[in-house]
Amino acid sequence: MLDFLVCYDVNTETSAGRRRLRRVAKVCTSHGQRVQNSVFEVSVTDVQLLTLRERLLAEIDPTEDSIRLYRLRQPRDKFVEAYGRDRYVNFSDPLIL
Amino acid sequence: MRHLLNTLYVQTQGSYLSLKTDNIRIEVDGRPPQMVPLHHLEGLVVFGNVMLTPFLIHRLAREHKPVTWLTEHGRFMARTETPVSGNVLLRVAQHGCACDASRTLAVARFIAAGKLQNQKTTLLRSAREALNDDPELLREAARGINGQIGCLPLAQTVDEVRGIEGTAARLYWEVFPLMLRANRDFFWLTERTRRPARDAINATLNFVYTVLANECASAAQGVGLDPQVGFLHALRPGRSSLALDLMEELRAVVADRAIITLINRQQLTPRDFVLHEGNTVTIKDEARKLILAHLTERRKEEVTHPLTARKTPLGLVPHVQARLLAQHLRGDRAHYPPYLHR
Repeated sequence: MLDFLVCYDVNTETSAGRRRLRRVAKVCTSHGQRVQNSVFEVSVTDVQLLTLRERLLAEIDPTEDSIRLYRLRQPRDKFVEAYGRDRYVNFSDPLIL
Repeated sequence: MRHLLNTLYVQTQGSYLSLKTDNIRIEVDGRPPQMVPLHHLEGLVVFGNVMLTPFLIHRLAREHKPVTWLTEHGRFMARTETPVSGNVLLRVAQHGCACDASRTLAVARFIAAGKLQNQKTTLLRSAREALNDDPELLREAARGINGQIGCLPLAQTVDEVRGIEGTAARLYWEVFPLMLRANRDFFWLTERTRRPARDAINATLNFVYTVLANECASAAQGVGLDPQVGFLHALRPGRSSLALDLMEELRAVVADRAIITLINRQQLTPRDFVLHEGNTVTIKDEARKLILAHLTERRKEEVTHPLTARKTPLGLVPHVQARLLAQHLRGDRAHYPPYLHR
């Protein structure tokens, strides 16, 4: 599993832009979790990464929007510092509700 | 090789699970909903009154992620049967072997040998840490089980194999409480009782075995074997005999060991159990959570598989074993090699 940080900036001046924003957010939710408003952390396999990238590129308008994928160094908890309200869940920990 | 994914356990009564953009959305008593992406999960286990939307069940079924329904107290109720993808030729080979008495005997013998060997290892390991004159008793029992392993090649029928296994089990359960070093006056075990559990150890054992049996059933299905057609366990309607077969080698290593550890570390104490009238015992919710968390952690622990000589997470061992059994049934491997814990 590879950890990635996905950030996006989608131009929301037009209604088509707002639509793109929603759809980009949806693609990100289906692969990972929201850690800030337009920042997601995803943990994916090589194949899933290809799907994610493909799906993101299909949604955005390259002249208006931007997407950045940062590969996170592993182990994550050693290299990521988070302060304030943090709702990150590690999905490989025991999931018992 | 398969990747070890996580299992989601939901035991809060009245939770509501639905599908939302490839995530499971979980609402638990009014708390903000939690999202778990499906690709992190390999299955879902729910206890008692937990609601799932049909769309979620369909989606999980389509992705071959089984849902297991247990009662609030952990008794097995139902499990989704995802579309069978396995090789029909493999299943025919499995049924052929089950109909052939001598081949069934051979497989049953190896399964029993694996189980007994692992019971012995568990006893000897505990003997190293035990107090007073317990080590001697534990070693004595281990020697007895060793003797039974020697009897296995002489067994002529599967019934005889079961008899040998029974004798070993008696030796094992007799000294089982000696492996516990904390709260001994509370944790005692006179005999194995299934339903209802008569004491705390039995209640815990039943619970952990249910969880393990489900994992083994998934493993069997994962490689395309029929989980109901077993070799050591007799065929009986509705019983996953093969899953129980696969589980035999892991009972002592995974389940019993986990319970011993939790009791010895005093994470599981008399306060975690409810004694009912009529001599039955149930485990409290919090304690079940603790046991599940411990088992999940344990699943990630890496062991060196004696046959493949590769480091394998303990949680994948049932899958490796199912694959080895499939190889034997197909005729690619002369014997079924049981998993032997170091």
